[in-house]
Amino acid sequence: MTIFGWLQIGLVLIAVLALAKPLGLYMARVFAGERTFLSPLLVPVEAGFYRLAGVRRESEQGWLAYVFAVLLFSLAGFLALFAILRLQGFLPFNPQGFGGMAPDLAFNTAASFVTNTNWQSYGGETTLSHFSQMAGLTVQNFLSAATGIAVAMALTRAFMRSGASTLGNFWVDMTRATLYVLLPLAIVVALAFIALGLPQSLDANFVATTLEGAKQVVATGPVASQEAIKQLGTNGGGFFNVNAAHPFENPSAFSNYLNIVAMLSVSLALVYAFGQMVGSRRQGWALIAVTGVMLTVGVAAIYWAETSGNPLLHAVGVDAALGNMEGKEVRFGQAMTALYAAVTTGLSDGGVNAMHSSLTPLGGLVPTFLMQLGEVLPGGVGSGLYGLIVFAILAVFVAGLMVGRTPELLGKKIEAREMKLVILAILILPLVILGFTAVSVMAEFGIGSIMSPGPHGLSEILYAYTSAAANNGSAFGGLTANTPWYNTTLGIAMMLGRFAYIVPVLAIAGSLAGKPRVPASSGTFPTDRPLFVGLLIGIILIMGGLQFFPALALGPIAEHFAMLAGQSF
Amino acid sequence: MSTTAKPISIFSPSLLIPALRDAVLKLDPRQLVRNPVIFATEVVAIIVSIIFVQDLIGGGAGLAFSGQIALWLWFTVVFATFAEAVAEGRGKAQAESLRRTKTDLVAKRLLSTGRPGDRAFEAVPATALQVGDIVIAEVNDIIPGDGEVIEGVASVNESAITGESAPVIREAGGDRSAVTGGTQVISDWLKIRITTRPGESFVDRMIGLIEGAKRQKTPNEIALSILLSGLTLIFMVAVVTLYGLAGYSGTDLSVVVLAALLVTLIPTTIGGLLSAIGIAGMDRLIRFNVIATSGRAVEAAGDVDTLLLDKTGTITFGNRMASEFIPVGGVSEKALAEAVLLASLADETAEGRSIVALARSDYHVNEPAHAASATSFIPFSAQTRLSGVDVEGRRIRKGAVDAVLRFVGLEKAQAGSVFNQAVEAIARSGGTPLAVAEADRLLGVVHLKDVVKPGIKERFAALRAMGIRTVMVTGDNPITAAAIASEAGVDDFLAEATPEQKLDFIRREQTGGRLIAMCGDGTNDAPALAQADVGVAMQSGTQAAREAGNMVDLDSSPTKLIEIVEIGKQILMTRGALTTFSIANDVAKYFAIIPALFVATYPGLAALNIMKLGSPQSAILAAVIFNALVIVALIPLALRGVRYRPVGAAALLSRNLLVYGLGGLLAPFVGIKLIDMAVTALGII
Repeated sequence: MTIFGWLQIGLVLIAVLALAKPLGLYMARVFAGERTFLSPLLVPVEAGFYRLAGVRRESEQGWLAYVFAVLLFSLAGFLALFAILRLQGFLPFNPQGFGGMAPDLAFNTAASFVTNTNWQSYGGETTLSHFSQMAGLTVQNFLSAATGIAVAMALTRAFMRSGASTLGNFWVDMTRATLYVLLPLAIVVALAFIALGLPQSLDANFVATTLEGAKQVVATGPVASQEAIKQLGTNGGGFFNVNAAHPFENPSAFSNYLNIVAMLSVSLALVYAFGQMVGSRRQGWALIAVTGVMLTVGVAAIYWAETSGNPLLHAVGVDAALGNMEGKEVRFGQAMTALYAAVTTGLSDGGVNAMHSSLTPLGGLVPTFLMQLGEVLPGGVGSGLYGLIVFAILAVFVAGLMVGRTPELLGKKIEAREMKLVILAILILPLVILGFTAVSVMAEFGIGSIMSPGPHGLSEILYAYTSAAANNGSAFGGLTANTPWYNTTLGIAMMLGRFAYIVPVLAIAGSLAGKPRVPASSGTFPTDRPLFVGLLIGIILIMGGLQFFPALALGPIAEHFAMLAGQSF
Repeated sequence: MSTTAKPISIFSPSLLIPALRDAVLKLDPRQLVRNPVIFATEVVAIIVSIIFVQDLIGGGAGLAFSGQIALWLWFTVVFATFAEAVAEGRGKAQAESLRRTKTDLVAKRLLSTGRPGDRAFEAVPATALQVGDIVIAEVNDIIPGDGEVIEGVASVNESAITGESAPVIREAGGDRSAVTGGTQVISDWLKIRITTRPGESFVDRMIGLIEGAKRQKTPNEIALSILLSGLTLIFMVAVVTLYGLAGYSGTDLSVVVLAALLVTLIPTTIGGLLSAIGIAGMDRLIRFNVIATSGRAVEAAGDVDTLLLDKTGTITFGNRMASEFIPVGGVSEKALAEAVLLASLADETAEGRSIVALARSDYHVNEPAHAASATSFIPFSAQTRLSGVDVEGRRIRKGAVDAVLRFVGLEKAQAGSVFNQAVEAIARSGGTPLAVAEADRLLGVVHLKDVVKPGIKERFAALRAMGIRTVMVTGDNPITAAAIASEAGVDDFLAEATPEQKLDFIRREQTGGRLIAMCGDGTNDAPALAQADVGVAMQSGTQAAREAGNMVDLDSSPTKLIEIVEIGKQILMTRGALTTFSIANDVAKYFAIIPALFVATYPGLAALNIMKLGSPQSAILAAVIFNALVIVALIPLALRGVRYRPVGAAALLSRNLLVYGLGGLLAPFVGIKLIDMAVTALGII
């Protein structure tokens, strides 16, 4: 680890923190329906959409109607994307003349982009037409992100209201998230990416003659525009197979900074907006502190593990001062790779700028574990915020009793119904991840896809299901995931991880919105102090650790000790 | 039941032996299914036992290990049921003595109801009484059921219920018309209309509550059970899938070790003690002589935001007392004190006695020796609004200011500025001025005021630290009320309060999301008692009030609310503390068991064995034993409750997190290591 490395990490994090407040305040205004500087331009457009769709923006929905709208909208998105992928051979903007996707792969890909996961069992430049990339994937990059934001806003309103039966209107929230938040930001970031050298073209791939005189096919396409929303919407699905390690997706250190800032900014600003909207900015900062502390520790852990390197390689003469450079891009270096890996997994983004499978065992454990914590640091856009609130409810319930009152969060009493729903929500992750992993390692159709046997193979499968269920989408690498078994089960894992979580979350919102808001007194458990920050971190760590420690022990931890003992896989 | 009886120690054999028997009876799965965590433990224990028996017959290897694991799993279940049995045991003895008061009661049911004076009756068993029956209770009769006095006045010994041996008056009409079955008439007679069905009387309810027979889970208990069941489910997923992951890694895990891992991970500590905490909380309340009709109310008490307290009798002594003598017109303090002492000697009212006491203590005057014959006392009358004494030619009078002025023949303006200013100052401070005169001369003014009970201000300050507002309710005018409110240190007051205003106030506070506790005794308090979240009725109050509230205070002491709130908080805190402890424990158990399970496959994992436990088997057994023993070790804490300190939520939380969170994290590392050393030393594996 070097001072310069930490300086880079610090600068990126400071930039993100500085953005959280203005962007958070802006979003709070947008979702309260107040005027913003973009209103003159966008209000007519917004109204046009509502007229077109027959949405009455004043009419609000109860939680069940909201759930129904989310599911309906996602189903429509899924079917549309599935159709595009299957039929891309007949559709325009297909200069390479790619045929339709196989059914299982199309299912997996459609599920992946609708759930904001962006797990990619395909290689973009060798499978997808420009039309599929733009009208299929990029559209879902916007809409799945907007859906997450809408659900988070519905939950936020539950804390703002008392005795209410409605949570807002999904169609309005989703439209505003796209129109006022994601689209303007995406335009700005895409232009910046173009300036930094990312291609933006509808041309076919071209052939270049290299210095050695060899012929090389250079893939190109509308990269910058997809890259922008990929990060802003914490989608993470790259244009190219190797994602942000590809020189056209992420050509330089500067584009790498912008990548990380873009991926963190909306999620973190949403947490700030939550505080602003529930009338306690301190609450927003407290939650930001939780994510900040844990993310920084995660970065430090990866950074340390990677710069410590692999003693087995050092023994055969690899320069130990470089640390473990296997699978990394020299233009990013250790610090920015560690930051990217921690952020992309703490955040449910899932883009990668290095090969996670090539990280040292502990360096690879951290991203796996960060995802298993539930993608709350600060998680995917929207999904991170509501995941964080689910944990906050759990934390106040467990420890809040110790102040001698029935637990409450922001004045809302946490009772049996909320607890039931919280359990339903947090049960999804271990059930899906451990369940599918266990089945996969017991059967040939699962083990057959492993590249490296032994504990590393377990890590490959564990990472895949973790990434899918947590809606992260990053790939460890190594595992051959484009098989009917993995395409189908990973698709199911993504769907469950997304929607089986959203339903209880909205039910919690419905239940909380109806409750009166108890005014705080000196007997109330304060949830905006360092004590709560520590408690919430403890609960998130302990819950994640207790669920996944045995699995991690048999995967990366076993591999780590084996590496120390001189054995590699 | 007696207020002075000490709680039975939980270590006394008279409690432990029946509790052990009950603990075994409670193993019935049909009963245990109410407690999912312990039920899961029992199922696992049964499975491991079957495997052990199979191995025993088939002569399998590792008999000592599976046998001991099975044994300790059963201990875990028994310890949990034992905790509940001990908690119930304390109440049982009390219930037994209550039940004795109602065996073989014979009721004298009136043949013809309605007509006053008609006293012909038939003897029927008390259990045959129906609502609306009229019974008569004469001297030495035990009142056969709860009811309302409709005729007669009698003194009644209620010690069977309240533990207070002094008899109380019960009479038709007014606020003292309620009688309780099982109490005894010791003079005169009462005609009573029965108001409860047999089996639902106050004593029945008490017995039910004390025994915990009718105990239903409280809302928070239900919520916590859901969390614990959820955690159990999550750990089941983790343990069952571990079988597959281990198989891939080349380790064949046996059912016995998986069972051991599961039971140590699921929250057996809080699961086993949860019901004991609730029962013990109710029991603690009963020892404070408060009967709650439901656990829900006790829990709500912990959440109370606002306490509504009657001024009279709670905040003040209820009688105005003399606090100062202010002489006027050149009269010395001593002379005034002497005169007013003389005028009050025969005054048996509380005010009169307080004047005598003040004159003697603060002004050091004694009554002059006079021949009693030469003294004639003028008693107070509503017409004159004066009282006083004629002694040796002196005519001393004290009374309302205008009455005394009339007595001395002066207009208010002629009374002199010192006098008028003193009168006004007293009225402004919420007191009552009492003028004193001799013949045609004004001597001065006595300052009568409502005296605030000593120590009450500190209690309110403590409540404020808990986050609870106190609101004083009084019939006084706003000025008097404000003065007393500021002296007593309450946060707010409700002056000239009518029953409707009280009800409105409660409703208003509740709309704002606050929980209200109040106590009351009269029938006119009943609506407010019913509306309040915690309504404590006085045992001395009317039947209507007792029905409306959700708790009855047998001592009829209004400040009891404060203790009730503390007990409610204690129950919640104890649950939270043990839940945190239970979850924190799991970290150490992983470090004990995971390396033990996989060290054969991945020798490197020995590095995780940071406790340096003897062998894989001893490590697993030690974790299981620790898990079982910690339940027993925490029974006293569950029954006693975590101490509540009124220091504010933040300070309370950091303290408890430190003790039960960090303590829960570290304790098992030490405990498991010690047990492992013992297991290894004994060589039982």
